Amino acid sequence: MVETVSIRLTVNGAEVSKEVEPRQHLTDFLRNELGLTGSHIGCEHGVCGACSVRVDGRVVRGCLMLATQADGAAVETIEGIVESSEAADLAEAFIGRNALQCGFCTPGMMLTAAELLAEGKPLDRAGIRQELSGNICRCTGYQAIVDAVESVLVKKTGEV
Amino acid sequence: MKAAAFKYLRAENLDNAFDAFAEYGDEALILAGGQSLMPTINLRLAQPAVLVDINHISGLSGIEQSGEKIQIGATTRHFELANSELVASKLPLIASAIKHVAHRGVRNRGTFGGSLVHADPAAEMPACAVALGATLVLESRAGERRISASDFFLGVMSTDRRPDEILTSIELSADGPGDVWAFRELSRRHGDFAMVGVTAKARRASERLEDLRLVVFGCEECPQISAVAASLAASGQEPVAIAQAVAEELNPMTDLTGDAETKRFQARSLIEQSLGDLLEGRADG
Ligand SMILES: Cc1cc2nc3c(=O)[nH]c(=O)nc-3n(C[C@H](O)[C@H](O)[C@H](O)COP(=O)(O)OP(=O)(O)OC[C@H]3O[C@@H](n4cnc5c(N)ncnc54)[C@H](O)[C@@H]3O)c2cc1C
Ligand code: FES
Ligand code: FES
Repeated sequence: MVETVSIRLTVNGAEVSKEVEPRQHLTDFLRNELGLTGSHIGCEHGVCGACSVRVDGRVVRGCLMLATQADGAAVETIEGIVESSEAADLAEAFIGRNALQCGFCTPGMMLTAAELLAEGKPLDRAGIRQELSGNICRCTGYQAIVDAVESVLVKKTGEV
Repeated sequence: MKAAAFKYLRAENLDNAFDAFAEYGDEALILAGGQSLMPTINLRLAQPAVLVDINHISGLSGIEQSGEKIQIGATTRHFELANSELVASKLPLIASAIKHVAHRGVRNRGTFGGSLVHADPAAEMPACAVALGATLVLESRAGERRISASDFFLGVMSTDRRPDEILTSIELSADGPGDVWAFRELSRRHGDFAMVGVTAKARRASERLEDLRLVVFGCEECPQISAVAASLAASGQEPVAIAQAVAEELNPMTDLTGDAETKRFQARSLIEQSLGDLLEGRADG
């Protein structure tokens, strides 16, 4: 018999109660138990950022956090953030600038970019690259992603 | 890869964790930010029977000043250090170095204490703790033990922590007048571990550096103060000569980021630049 733990959390604002295996990480939980497949699984050891989700307001690696650790937490995924239109500007800029090709990295890129946009500090392109350095993209070469984030940041802070 | 099965225990206080140590011995591992431990568990390099989550123990997190001391709780996260005004004004070296630790998503979860106990030779925080003369406070059922950072690090991912101890807080001295510091790091990409790095703290008095505490990291097995650097600096030697002497006596490890001689070469130039930073009071690396 597999031992399980009961957890209660909110996911994109909705209450969820589930039994989980302690070893299940948060992104597997979201994908396999809740069908929220927007968060992707790349490396499962912290280097790619594809699994990024927001926990209690901050973006984290879902593959390095256990689902049991999210007991009592507020979890938000790319699905929730797109639905709430919080990332509408960013989504539009990503499409407008061709900042995604296969889309595998995009949810993690957008969640990370959303956090730095929310902080509202002006950043140059090198600064944006530094902030996104933990998210790997195998398609775009990053240029278009930096373009997209820069355009929203400039709109927000009014600074180039 | 997926982790092998384990038991999960959310510790509400230190006693819960000590109970787990008593029951499971070294089969129980502490889980802090998980940013170093979870990768090894997912890769099944570590297969603990029990993970003891210390994230909910109250009193283990936070940054406080009492007198000239700054106390940092072990589970204080990297982003909290980066955003703290107290750290920016009283521990500017930490404030500068923390920006080099990993990436946003990792900094949001990784902890100061976890970074010290993990003791990666290329990690920034252990080197800063040694340069700043930090004192680590460890607790076990037997009581509290205090140890200086220079005595804590023993080798590659090896420390003086005993298996039944929890690192609870780290004590540092606030920067005072005349204190200068330097931090320089070479890495391929922002947020990566250092290929080589140098950090230092000293007091500047009439164009000389007194009490120089210079540490090279991403190079030797663990961070340590260079005695040669301190004595040459006190006698007023030029940065180029000090850098040469320190680099010569380094014992660099070849790793994926470079071979030993490359690291010695890189260290020499970072040391020279760092000494220039200290002498000119130019701080940011
Ligand atoms: C992609 C990536 C890039 C990274 N880049 C860098 C980098 O450039 N520089 C850098 O320094 N780090 C880097 N890290 C590591 C990161 O800083 C970790 O946060 C840190 O090394 C460990 O802290 P943690 O809280 O996550 O500890 P955990 O992973 O939870 O634990 C690490 C170890 O310490 C033990 N431990 C933790 N806390 C305590 C405690 N209070 N008392 C006793 N034992 C304890 C655990 O049992 C475990 O053995 C990176 C990580 C990732 C995934
Ligand atoms: S899958 Fe989590 S960082 Fe790659
Ligand atoms: S769009 Fe394919 S990985 Fe980034």
